[in-house]
Amino acid sequence: MRFFHYIGSYYLFLRRVFSRPQNSRMFMKQLMRDIMSLGMDSIMIVAVISLFLGAVITIQSAYNTDKPYIPTYLVGWVARDSIFLEFSSTVIALVLAGKVGSHISSEIGTMRVTEQIDAMEIMGINSASYIVLPKVVASLFFNPLLTILSMIIGMTGGYLAVIFTHIIPTESYLYGLRYSFNPFYVAFALIKCVFFTFAITTIAAFLGYHVKGGALEVGKSSTRTVVISSICVLLLDLVITQMLMS
Amino acid sequence: MIEVKNLTKSFNGKVVLDNISTSFEKGKINLIIGQSGSGKTVFLKCIVGLLPFEKGEVIFNGVVFNRLDFEEKQKMRQQMGMLFQGSALFDYLTVEENVRFPLDMFSTMSMEEKKERVNFCLKRVNLNNVNHLYPSELSGGMQKRVAIARAIALNPKYLFCDEPNSGLDPQTAIVIDNLIKEITIEFNTTTLINTHDMNSVLGIGDKIIFLHQQRKEWEGTAQDILHTSNEALNNFIFASRMAKKLKESLESPH
Repeated sequence: MRFFHYIGSYYLFLRRVFSRPQNSRMFMKQLMRDIMSLGMDSIMIVAVISLFLGAVITIQSAYNTDKPYIPTYLVGWVARDSIFLEFSSTVIALVLAGKVGSHISSEIGTMRVTEQIDAMEIMGINSASYIVLPKVVASLFFNPLLTILSMIIGMTGGYLAVIFTHIIPTESYLYGLRYSFNPFYVAFALIKCVFFTFAITTIAAFLGYHVKGGALEVGKSSTRTVVISSICVLLLDLVITQMLMS
Repeated sequence: MIEVKNLTKSFNGKVVLDNISTSFEKGKINLIIGQSGSGKTVFLKCIVGLLPFEKGEVIFNGVVFNRLDFEEKQKMRQQMGMLFQGSALFDYLTVEENVRFPLDMFSTMSMEEKKERVNFCLKRVNLNNVNHLYPSELSGGMQKRVAIARAIALNPKYLFCDEPNSGLDPQTAIVIDNLIKEITIEFNTTTLINTHDMNSVLGIGDKIIFLHQQRKEWEGTAQDILHTSNEALNNFIFASRMAKKLKESLESPH
């Protein structure tokens, strides 16, 4: 019963969020601010994780396919598809659920407990739309760019691993990266990214917006955001993969 | 003018406001007093529509506010200003941006006019050279004054103050009280203040409502309150030894 109450509240919340901004100039101002805080500030962590993941996938693939009858270019091929299909979309989404999700939840939760949201409501502002919509739009705009960046850096990480470990010839790795390339895999990763981003930002905002109490509850909502949005990302991953790959 | 009719509010079945009716006049300072937990803040938040209630009506100049839909309420709220207990300033904006915020959202003024209005409001609350500072760089009293400046930026018809003196020293509290009184007269607002500060009650209150055990126990003027026979109210007002002495001196013939 409580589950359905939350689903209903989430739906009503989204209806308020996705209403027309009351002042488009203020919306753009808030959007730019959120692109900076949610998007630009995530570049570093995405780059570092992608670089290491790309390197690790390449090394592991190389060791697991170290058989005379398996061509070495397969390492590049496996690394590329793993990065495109799963790591740059799902793993990065899980990382962003932690970083961006907790950021959104704690920021909005703090605004709630310090009555800043009430102050907006009293001014006649649709606080849900004013605060949350720019965050959702900023993330939907920026996270696909982060996914593409993650793909490029992931493959670069693999390339660097090949150079430094000499595990396979670099030409084989580069050939494997180009081998049997299916552009749909990029589209697939970006479609997943959009769904994941929507889930992460709206769940984080919903939990932050409905915080009751003080600093302790803000912290709890932040933790719940990471747990719930991570589970949602994995569930969506399963559903979207089944729908688009079958 | 604001009228409240038979307002009843409960949380999880526990009644916190029971059938409260009263009215607040324009250009007057109306105080809502009561012990901590008596429902003062809930009452104020029900009036401004931040909390829904089960029964009753809140009427602003003949308009039943609680029957309006979301958009109509939003429009109506542009005539309201509210000072929150913790000031509720937007911590990512400077003082100037905080005061300018309602103007940016709803006015068609040019940037020059907005700046002029911001400076007027800040000057009105006796704040100078703080435009570029962030709320975290201000003292509690200064934050309250910025919050008042923001509340009056759009020339509100109604001013609501939730515990404006909480956390302030007595001198600063008097400054804030006087400021609210001046603004009420100057802007001819209907002002509602939640407080348990007796200095405010005796100093600026035109009309006083005492909430006790979920009900409106008493209402009257600041003069009436000193001579009331209501036991609960007397226990509340004259709780301190100093206040008791004051009452004794008032009651003694010499």
